[in-house]
Amino acid sequence: MTPRHRSIVWSFTRHSLLLCGAAFILLPFLWMISTASKPQTEIFTKSIHFIPHSFALWDNFATAFGKANLWRFLVNGVVVTVSIFLLQVLIALPAAYALAKLRFAGREVLFALVLFCILIPPQATAIPVFLLFHKLGILDSYAALIVPFTISAFGIFLMRQFFKTVPDDLIEAARMDGISEFGIVWRVMLPTAIPALTAFGIFSVVAHWNDYFWPLIVLNSEHLRTPPLGVASFRNEEAGTNYGPLMAAAIVIIAPLVVAFLLAQRRFIEGITLTGIK
Amino acid sequence: MAKIELNGVRKTFDQTAILKGIDLTIEDGEFIALIGPSGCGKSTLLRIIAGLEPQSSGEVRIDGVQVDGVRPSARNLAMVFQSYALYPHLSVFDNIAVPLRMRRHSALARMPLIGRLHPERGRTERGIREDVERVAAQLELAALLKRKPGQLSGGQRQRVAVGRAIVRQPVGFLFDEPLSNLDAKLRVHMRAELAQLHRQLKATFVYVTHDQAEAMTMSSRIAVMIEGNIVQIGTPAEVYENPRDIRVAEFVGSPKINAMPGVIREDRGLEVLGRQLRLNTTAAAGRCTVCVRPERMELGPGPGAIAGIVTHLEHLGAEAFIHVKVDRIDLPLLARVSPDQQLPEIGSAIQLGFSASAVRAFDATGKRIDVTAPARSERVREKALG
Ligand SMILES: Nc1ncnc2c1ncn2[C@@H]1O[C@H](COP(=O)(O)OP(=O)(O)OP(=O)(O)O)[C@@H](O)[C@H]1O
Ligand SMILES: [Mg+2]
Repeated sequence: MTPRHRSIVWSFTRHSLLLCGAAFILLPFLWMISTASKPQTEIFTKSIHFIPHSFALWDNFATAFGKANLWRFLVNGVVVTVSIFLLQVLIALPAAYALAKLRFAGREVLFALVLFCILIPPQATAIPVFLLFHKLGILDSYAALIVPFTISAFGIFLMRQFFKTVPDDLIEAARMDGISEFGIVWRVMLPTAIPALTAFGIFSVVAHWNDYFWPLIVLNSEHLRTPPLGVASFRNEEAGTNYGPLMAAAIVIIAPLVVAFLLAQRRFIEGITLTGIK
Repeated sequence: MAKIELNGVRKTFDQTAILKGIDLTIEDGEFIALIGPSGCGKSTLLRIIAGLEPQSSGEVRIDGVQVDGVRPSARNLAMVFQSYALYPHLSVFDNIAVPLRMRRHSALARMPLIGRLHPERGRTERGIREDVERVAAQLELAALLKRKPGQLSGGQRQRVAVGRAIVRQPVGFLFDEPLSNLDAKLRVHMRAELAQLHRQLKATFVYVTHDQAEAMTMSSRIAVMIEGNIVQIGTPAEVYENPRDIRVAEFVGSPKINAMPGVIREDRGLEVLGRQLRLNTTAAAGRCTVCVRPERMELGPGPGAIAGIVTHLEHLGAEAFIHVKVDRIDLPLLARVSPDQQLPEIGSAIQLGFSASAVRAFDATGKRIDVTAPARSERVREKALG
């Protein structure tokens, strides 16, 4: 074999392997879209076929929107994830600035504690927080969905690592110019930290948009449900075994993230490589 | 305009003394250069004056007022950093405008979005625009106002940093090696511009550098700092000609001064490398170091001349340096000669001498000792050796 042949063979194997991997990962999604496009009669048949014989996607969407308040779930998802992210930034940035750039007794100990907090899974604190919220009487509210996540140890850690790389001179120049310490956080550190903040934003929004565990614990009312919870309840109560509308609803709730990803693909990848986390 | 006084300023970082009692009075409108080897505490001292770092003890006064606990921005000093420290996300215009905005706008008017509705904001902003444009014109930045710092050359960034410093008309300027990131040619150019700026503003300039050419050419006085002490303060000529300490003699001047081991005899006579000098001293007998600047070394034979071998020649165009290896000294002695004369071959034997007035002698602790030519030879140019 000539080297040229060999490279063609190699590239062929490589691509077929990648295609298999992609197919494996994408199959459930394709199946979801396919199911969402089929009428009820076609879903449970003996033969497997991807392309529906009669196209019922719009009917299924209509049924889904008719049976449950999908818009409300989406709005809830946006309110909760955006509030969580803004509050996380509001708290993480000053904290990260202090840990990275201010000199005070106990700074290293505090930072070690922050690192330690990253190791605690949210499930471990769920019950105590639940009991606390019960005492405070804020279960089953937006606050219950948002407040537990406002302090993100990971966010503080990530921003602190980034702030470490900002030169001290820049901060001292800002002090000479008369910018206060909080001013430095918002006027100097925040604009230089946009890439890190984007990365953090992606993780935060994806994690809380898709979160199923915590909303399931604290919510009772239907009108507060976040998208994953909304769709799940759809399955249990509304649609029964009617999988067509259920899958249509699933498309609706993952659509915002997919669209956001396509729009901000480059940022997304930059962010992931920046933090080195997959 | 400000007079800056430092009294017994000390600074320790984790038990290490960095500044060991600095007393320094900087007169109003003076251009003082602070020079010293790397790590001697120059930046630390500057940051203490600026208020960015608290001193461990001692006091700083600006115009007679003690400024402990006064915030950096309230001291009305401006600082230009080695890295320029421009705000990377702001345009040149905004970079220069920041100190004015922080001063002239009320906190409310500075708020994003809401601030725009503030009634006073428009008028103040027009005043700021005028001032920024005036400074930009002065520094030839007018065409660059819309650019971001990342789109500027080193020299342009440097000018923006200066612009940000002068725009609010502070009483004093603190420069921390502002030219060290520029190439040699631009550095000479900016040197002239900064000196010009000082003449124009008549403000107090404190200028940290370890480039002595900058210090010698720009400043009215030089303070030489070594290991956390100011060892000598004086005019550039004074510091160069009359170093009070051997470390000053060795630090100031490039190439370095020639140092030769010597002895002060019981009869007050001075010997170098075993040869008697026609010089006397009042200092106590013991070891000493005899120093002579390269340009004061003279080539050629003579009684008692120092013999050596030429090891290296440096031809710099306008001048040439001859490195001469001499017995009993590790470093070669340097002689500066005019390049139009015939330079000796590398490896050839050569003889060196110097005149009595060229000798700067230091005792074993490094302190300068006075030497006098004996009464019988009154002529200053009388040779000490050779
Ligand atoms: N925040 C700090 N913590 C501990 N040590 C410090 C700190 N800042 C400076 N030092 C030490 O103080 C000494 C003097 O530092 P400084 O920056 O003043 O030196 P310098 O004279 O400006 O040197 P250079 O010419 O290299 O800029 C150095 O040994 C440095 O390690
Ligand atoms: Mg320094």
